[in-house]
Amino acid sequence: MLLYIIRRLAQSVLVMLTVALIAFTLFQFVGDPINNMVDQDTSLAERERIRKELGLDDPVIVQFWRFVENAAQGEFGVSYRLKKPVAELIAERFPATLELSIISAILALGIGIPMGVYTALNRERWTAKLFMTLSLVGVSLPTFLIGIFLILIFGVQLRWLPTFGRGEVVDLGWWTTGLLTASGLKSLIMPSITLAVFQMTLIVRLVRAEMLEVLRTDYIRFARARGLRDRAIHFGHALKNTLVPVITIIGLQVGAIIAFAIITESVFQWPGMGLLFVQAISEVDIPVMAAYLMLIALVFVVINLVVDILYVVIDPRLRTES
Amino acid sequence: MQVTGPTTTRAAGSDAPLLEIRDLRVEFPSRRGTVVAAQGVSLTLQPGEILGVVGESGAGKSTVAYATIGLLEPPGRMAAGEIRLGGERIDILPPEAMRRIRGKRIGMVFQDPLTSLDPLMTVEEQLVETMLTHLPISEREAKTRAVELLEQVGIPDAATRVKNYPHQFSGGMRQRVVIALAICCEPEVLLADEPTTALDVSIQAQILDLLKRLVRERGMGMLIITHDMGVIYEITDRVAVMYRSHLVEVGPSDKVLTRPDHPYTRSLIAAVPPPDRRIDRFPLVEYIESAGTATRKLDLASHWLGKARDFGAGDGPLLRLEHLTMRFLTRPSLIPSRRRWMTAVDDVSFDIRPGEVFGLVGESGSGKSTIARIITGLYRPEAGRVIFAGTDMTSLKSRREINRLRRQMQMIFQDPYSSLNPRMKVGDIVAEPIRFHRLAESEAEVRRIVADLLEHVGLGARAALRYPHEFSGGQRQRISIARALATRPRFLVCDEPTSALDVSIQAQILNLLKDLQEELGLTMLFISHDLPVIRQMCDRVGVMQRGKLVELAETETLFEAPQHDYTRHLLALMPRMRAA
Amino acid sequence: MADETILPDSAGRGEERPPSALARFLDSDLRWSFRRSPLVITAFLVTVLMIGAATFAPWVAPHDPFDLASLDLMDSLLPPAWMEGGDPRYLLGTDDQGRDILSTILYGARISLLVGFLSVILAMLIGVTVGLVAGYAGGVTDAVLMRIADIQLTFPAILIALLVDGVMRGILPPEAHEEVALFVLVLAIALSSWVQYARTVRSSTMVEKRKEYVQAAQVIGLPSARILLRHILPNVMGPVLVIATIQLALAIIIEATLSFLGVGVPPTSPSLGTLIRIGNDYLFSGEWWITVFPGLALIILVLAVNLLGDWLRDVLNPKLR
Repeated sequence: MLLYIIRRLAQSVLVMLTVALIAFTLFQFVGDPINNMVDQDTSLAERERIRKELGLDDPVIVQFWRFVENAAQGEFGVSYRLKKPVAELIAERFPATLELSIISAILALGIGIPMGVYTALNRERWTAKLFMTLSLVGVSLPTFLIGIFLILIFGVQLRWLPTFGRGEVVDLGWWTTGLLTASGLKSLIMPSITLAVFQMTLIVRLVRAEMLEVLRTDYIRFARARGLRDRAIHFGHALKNTLVPVITIIGLQVGAIIAFAIITESVFQWPGMGLLFVQAISEVDIPVMAAYLMLIALVFVVINLVVDILYVVIDPRLRTES
Repeated sequence: MQVTGPTTTRAAGSDAPLLEIRDLRVEFPSRRGTVVAAQGVSLTLQPGEILGVVGESGAGKSTVAYATIGLLEPPGRMAAGEIRLGGERIDILPPEAMRRIRGKRIGMVFQDPLTSLDPLMTVEEQLVETMLTHLPISEREAKTRAVELLEQVGIPDAATRVKNYPHQFSGGMRQRVVIALAICCEPEVLLADEPTTALDVSIQAQILDLLKRLVRERGMGMLIITHDMGVIYEITDRVAVMYRSHLVEVGPSDKVLTRPDHPYTRSLIAAVPPPDRRIDRFPLVEYIESAGTATRKLDLASHWLGKARDFGAGDGPLLRLEHLTMRFLTRPSLIPSRRRWMTAVDDVSFDIRPGEVFGLVGESGSGKSTIARIITGLYRPEAGRVIFAGTDMTSLKSRREINRLRRQMQMIFQDPYSSLNPRMKVGDIVAEPIRFHRLAESEAEVRRIVADLLEHVGLGARAALRYPHEFSGGQRQRISIARALATRPRFLVCDEPTSALDVSIQAQILNLLKDLQEELGLTMLFISHDLPVIRQMCDRVGVMQRGKLVELAETETLFEAPQHDYTRHLLALMPRMRAA
Repeated sequence: MADETILPDSAGRGEERPPSALARFLDSDLRWSFRRSPLVITAFLVTVLMIGAATFAPWVAPHDPFDLASLDLMDSLLPPAWMEGGDPRYLLGTDDQGRDILSTILYGARISLLVGFLSVILAMLIGVTVGLVAGYAGGVTDAVLMRIADIQLTFPAILIALLVDGVMRGILPPEAHEEVALFVLVLAIALSSWVQYARTVRSSTMVEKRKEYVQAAQVIGLPSARILLRHILPNVMGPVLVIATIQLALAIIIEATLSFLGVGVPPTSPSLGTLIRIGNDYLFSGEWWITVFPGLALIILVLAVNLLGDWLRDVLNPKLR
């Protein structure tokens, strides 16, 4: 089991290195970093000097290693566009994105999983069919349109909720939170719903499909043949077995929420990392792009690691393998 | 009315049978009309009695069991009839009352032990949960009883094993756990749906013994469903024969097995290969499928199959295996020392003479199929040589050379449902080898040959235009044979060619193979786990155990005077049912 | 399990003609289930109608929104025809430049569908090839290809598409970017979605590979390429078609999202996403129709395609019903 975790860790490191390579390649091939640092009238000799100073004439592998070392310390250089250290920019915006994502994840999982179970267990009932049709509508709604329609109804027409920004935030020194003020909470409502809907509908459909699959297995039939109560069969046996495959995907979905925050943040002008990233893309601000990429990769890797450990807790077949 | 145990019920029910099924009719409505899975089925079961329900696939045997326990898969439904347990009608009970009966008064054992247990719960948890659902006992008592139950079903070291998860048990042991779960609330009736079909022969015998012992000790009534006449012979008191959803005959087992009344029963029993003697041909079960075997004999001199057969006489063996060894990686790892291997074939050598049928017999995992796949080039052996017609196949490099030899050996597979590409027409399936090896001059000739081959395996030329799914298992196996013949081979590897087929179909396919072998002078490697079939088909037999060839002898010598312990063991397990 | 006796045998039905491909389709479960579901029929009609209207936009649309000569700034920001101040010539109103909303939707849907179809085809080509090779070859080839797929799957499609688009912006000069933006977009979406096909095809290839009909083909001596294309490919295409349908919906969403974020197709040839982006600026000033109608068109199109995909999955994979 320890071996299993170690192997997973090794894989995670590999993933991070791959992403680092992609980020590094961005620096290498997309635009010339010197051009982004100097003025039009900097002399050629001066450029050469900076080039040397930055180690840009070192062998590629040495440069890559330096990049990885810096990245590991959260050092990604200076934003071309905002002329501020990238690490600082990210740190400013990270709390906004994380708060939004966590609230959305709670919404998506808290509503999605019970609804999936319900529709699987009562699939002939009209409510379940309605839920399924609604979930298909949910999958078909582009995230940004949900946001726009919410703004139109609750922001522009009814004027109930703020349509952009985080509202008032409380600065805790290392963290800024919108969860402690009324306007902060109000500002969170629409963005978090917008972000949650797509993931939620995916989770409903996934949980339902997996659960139906489990309900057809021999051991569920055998449990029925032993006269176990429906509740024990559904929640004791079926749900537990459903969770095994579902956990992986849910892990990916939670990660996806952070990435989808890009869209939500654009719609609601939410001052998070996603907005920073979109702006960086249109301006080809490579340091910001690279840093964001690495950070997202890190979040995914951590989530996947947690999922892997959860697996071992749930599934005895993995515990006894070694 | 709370019933406390089997004995009181029987007293209450006076002379009513323990279980009575009267005029059962089960329907499955579908878009193409209603399928009747069982009709007019009436059965009774007495305490302490074992009643076998036998029939071929699709005869409706399992439906009877599922109807009895109230678990018909929707949209299936009981359209008529009644089911009484101890005199009381149970088929009209509300779902909750029926649930209380399941597990408590009627237990059920399923076919596949590997999938019957919840993989995420320990054996103890599953046993305790079931007992607490039905019995007024405490969790402590339930745990004590769980260990006792495991001991009763013959699981060694029950006190520790009870804490294990299902995946930590072998197949046979898991079936014991399943049985423990089925009887943990002391049911009066036990339904067993093909309880030994998924198991190896030696395990089968043990499980049957266990079931028999439990029924006798506890005075349960058992309804056992099987397609296997051997099982019927081994443990049943009475037998009911089902054919196309009807019950055709019920009676004491010895009587039905030796003096059957119904013609279907007669032909069914006749089709079972006799283990104790060699017969020339299997009696054909005309009652079952009218698709006959080839009508006319082939004249090799003029027939296409006879062309280009001048393979060069050669007086040595046609096929020689020398020290064949093959291992499979069971745990891959980057570090060589951490890799785990399973030796599937361990230093096996034997010869096959031209024109003979050589049998390989052994239990699953003994390596017999691996040998077949090495010979036909599907696997590359790790060590050893395969010498075919004097050429070392393992050393050949040129594709053309390999293909030239490959053409001379073909294979017939076990599963008729997966051995034909479902997206190709039968005609194209049979024509593919002819086209690929350029064995015909023109497309017209290809089509003529295909038609002829299909005719010859008893399907008729029209079959060429259809798709495989339009054919039954036996017919598909005929298509496989036609495809194998299409390369004009002289050596045929048959890997369990009939083990997926019903016994009556098996007889037809075996007859066809026998005829072809004689007409075409084919050499054959015939692989099977079924000793009676081996006895009917083969000239010489090799016995495989865990990758090793433990005994090799002329067929009759092997059956009459086995030398190796393992051979004797296998022969002892062979059902000794005598055909009428 | 089919009863041996029910199926036709040569003696009984030998003279009957086997059904033709058309007859088989007409009798198939697909058609049967199609006809039983009014929702699916509606979805099918809507999809066909929208694809048709978009394809023939130049002939169907009441105006040519890109013919600058026909535009009149006097007509700008008109509300839909049934509202006060609406103009019957412009059924769904006009935008800031006086373009007819209905016409821009038709032309926009054209771009959206074009990007959607092209990217699905490209992703399918990449994914099916990778999946077939990985599944059939196994071993190191499989391990490497699937690791790449795993890493890629770790990142949501939208992020990958954004990244590819960003990189292309960096590499290409701005003038050139405008021209190839559409193809960059197709490439970005395809690169972000091929994994779905690859994984599905790989796992079904691995299942098919072990089936005896493939071994039979090997015993005959057929070369691997022929076995892959002739025997395995036709048997793994079922799920691919289902994925393709669902991915078409997803690709349209991704395209719209990218265009909405301003990194998709250039505003000179707006897709539905671009239209929504443009309209978004007028949301607060009350000209809601500029956003809402393209938005509704997008939702209806995606929903219809998703309904079809969902239904296809149910029918082709009866396990899930």
